[in-house]
Amino acid sequence: MKLTLSATALATASALAGAASAQTELSLWYHGAGSANAEEALVNQLVEEFNASQSDWTVVIETFPQLAYNDAVGAAALAGELPDILDVDGPVMPNWAWAGYMQPLGIDEAKLEGFLPGPIGRWQDEVYSVGLWDAAVAVTTRRSILEQYGIRVPTLDEPWSLEEFNGALAAIAASGDFEYPLDLGMAWTGEWYPYAFSPFLQSFGGDIIDRETYQTAEGVLNGDEALAFGEWWQSLFENGYVPGTSQDAADRETGLLDGKYAMSWNGNWAALPVVEAFGDDALFLPAPDFGSGPTIGAASWQFGVSATTEHPEGARAFIEFALQDRWFSAFSDGTGLIPVTASAAAETANYAPGGPLEAFYGLSEAQALVRPVTPGYIVQAKVFEKALSDIANGADVADTLDAAVDEINEDIERNAGYGH
Amino acid sequence: MASKLTRSNRAGWLMAFPGVALIATFIILPFFLAFAFSLTNQRLASPNPTEYVGFENYRDLLGLSVFTLEPERDEGGAVIRDEDGAIEYPRLRSFTRNNPDFPNLQGKREWFSWQSGENRTVVLASDVVFMKALVNTITFVLVVAPVQAGLALCLALLINQKLRGISLFRAIYFMPVVVSIVVVSLLWQFIYSPGDGLLNNILSGLTFGLFEPRDWLGDTSTALGSIMAMSIWQGVGFHMVIWLAGLQTISPTLYEAAEIEGSSKWQSFRYVTWPGLRNTAVLILIVITMQAFALFAQIDVMTNGGPLDSTQVLVFQAVERGYGRQDISGGSTISVLLFLIVLCISLIQRWLTRERN
Repeated sequence: MKLTLSATALATASALAGAASAQTELSLWYHGAGSANAEEALVNQLVEEFNASQSDWTVVIETFPQLAYNDAVGAAALAGELPDILDVDGPVMPNWAWAGYMQPLGIDEAKLEGFLPGPIGRWQDEVYSVGLWDAAVAVTTRRSILEQYGIRVPTLDEPWSLEEFNGALAAIAASGDFEYPLDLGMAWTGEWYPYAFSPFLQSFGGDIIDRETYQTAEGVLNGDEALAFGEWWQSLFENGYVPGTSQDAADRETGLLDGKYAMSWNGNWAALPVVEAFGDDALFLPAPDFGSGPTIGAASWQFGVSATTEHPEGARAFIEFALQDRWFSAFSDGTGLIPVTASAAAETANYAPGGPLEAFYGLSEAQALVRPVTPGYIVQAKVFEKALSDIANGADVADTLDAAVDEINEDIERNAGYGH
Repeated sequence: MASKLTRSNRAGWLMAFPGVALIATFIILPFFLAFAFSLTNQRLASPNPTEYVGFENYRDLLGLSVFTLEPERDEGGAVIRDEDGAIEYPRLRSFTRNNPDFPNLQGKREWFSWQSGENRTVVLASDVVFMKALVNTITFVLVVAPVQAGLALCLALLINQKLRGISLFRAIYFMPVVVSIVVVSLLWQFIYSPGDGLLNNILSGLTFGLFEPRDWLGDTSTALGSIMAMSIWQGVGFHMVIWLAGLQTISPTLYEAAEIEGSSKWQSFRYVTWPGLRNTAVLILIVITMQAFALFAQIDVMTNGGPLDSTQVLVFQAVERGYGRQDISGGSTISVLLFLIVLCISLIQRWLTRERN
């Protein structure tokens, strides 16, 4: 209720302001209020430059804290007070498109040539959203550690196999030099679980849902491959290779730097401090291949046009203005995120050939797989998260995955197939 | 009665209006909406029309079955045992998943089981998470209500004395109540932190290193207890103040009379203080019970219902389903059930603590 009220107040305020100026006003909602890095400042700069670059539109930005953002959009949609331009998390987009919050972007797809696959948000063959950056996850560690325990440094072409990866964990654990050989980031509950860990399941050959039909998880989330994944996942915790669900959030942030953990499964947004601390010794390694090819998650926050806007052409003009290499490079330099085109990457400090984070661009290009593109994803993500924490805490693998499948299938049924 | 209400002056109704309107809008109306939603398949956001589904949501939450598993037998009919000598049973999932012979077990999961001879009797629930949440919530109330009320009474008796600096102690005991429960939960998360957390450090210091550090919130056997302990600590100051108010309504002349009669400290507590606190006790018991049933923030911040559902509680599940999983009807159903439970318990408490003349 509170959110609806404040959303109404905002809309009224912007409507009043709009009447005063000659240009047509467009509202933009952005999720990153108080972000630790330069992202928010850059979005503001983007808006200012767009406003100065033409005389038809004035974009007015409204920022929200990330945790409250999705709720605010939901409440605004119920109240019919959506902004013109929306900022949307990639995997959530199909849900918003299906629920009628967003309309197809309607920009020329030639403009998206050469993009990484993750930042383009497609739902039912239409592009609904597009991102100015992507994110990638890697096994972050130090070359000296791998050498010390005689572990091969994997490459994109030849990633670790399941046996090699398990062997590496066992060797480091046996030495007793670290509290844990690997930090998976169990302290980061929420979207991190499906984003970071469902690629492991996919690499085993399973998935959260059958991507052919998006109507069932039976046999995919509880098939033999998924059971093998579940047993392996549980063994990580049983063997003491990784900290469990009660991991201290502070250890997640600094455990690798402090030498508590030998390796960390972490995103490129956390990579710069590692480079600063270890210099050339820092390694960002590709995901292991557990049998069906190595994969990592893709898609970050993106821009889209709301379904209720009176000025879709203005919203489109703003998004097209943002789709320039110089903005991709600027965001990457400011935030450490991955620029979405190779030409923009060449202009950045970190992702240019020879740059300290160059490895991530290759990871995004070679291994990225978007999370299931379905409106039901937001529920499936929650179910998956709970199943993984339960298995980590010792629940029976087959029963837990069966229960997750039942819950996902029931939800799909209750939503009449989610419009697939 | 009705005529008296309508005859009463208009100003009275006018003054009551803001409060009545707010309560009607934000408490009474949502309650009726929740009841209505619980009979439909209402979603948080969906282009599909809402449909009336009758009591399906209630059946999905409350469905129970009992099933007896017979041990696996070899050709000779002897029971098969594994290396440790434990009897081997067929997997439950072979009965509960797509087995046309047992349609009543479809989709149900094991809640708990016991051994009866060679057979194992299993109780299956349609919604094991809800059942666990129900049991945890009731356990929480059964422990927290008496312990918090008792501790609060002890503190109130302690600070109900005329000593120098007693108001300092009152302030200290009351402090946790003033701090936001979210902040308190975050702080206690550090206290309970596994390995070198504050509590582990203190306990191993006190026992000269004999104490094995524990993962308080990450262990199914300690997680709910840890949440109970911090909840009691956080809320005890509030109830202490209510006890204190009750204590100060007892006339000092009664204590003087008791002293003249030569009663001991315990006797004056038993025969003067306690009867004088009767109404306060009823109030406190009801308030704590209701607050304990509403347990949410601690779970949301500290454990998210884990590990293995050992801290799932009803309100957390209602919010998780309604907003997390966009299933407003499921969340509403839990809310309605919770309302009925709290209503029953309050009525029972009222009846047990009624004036017996």
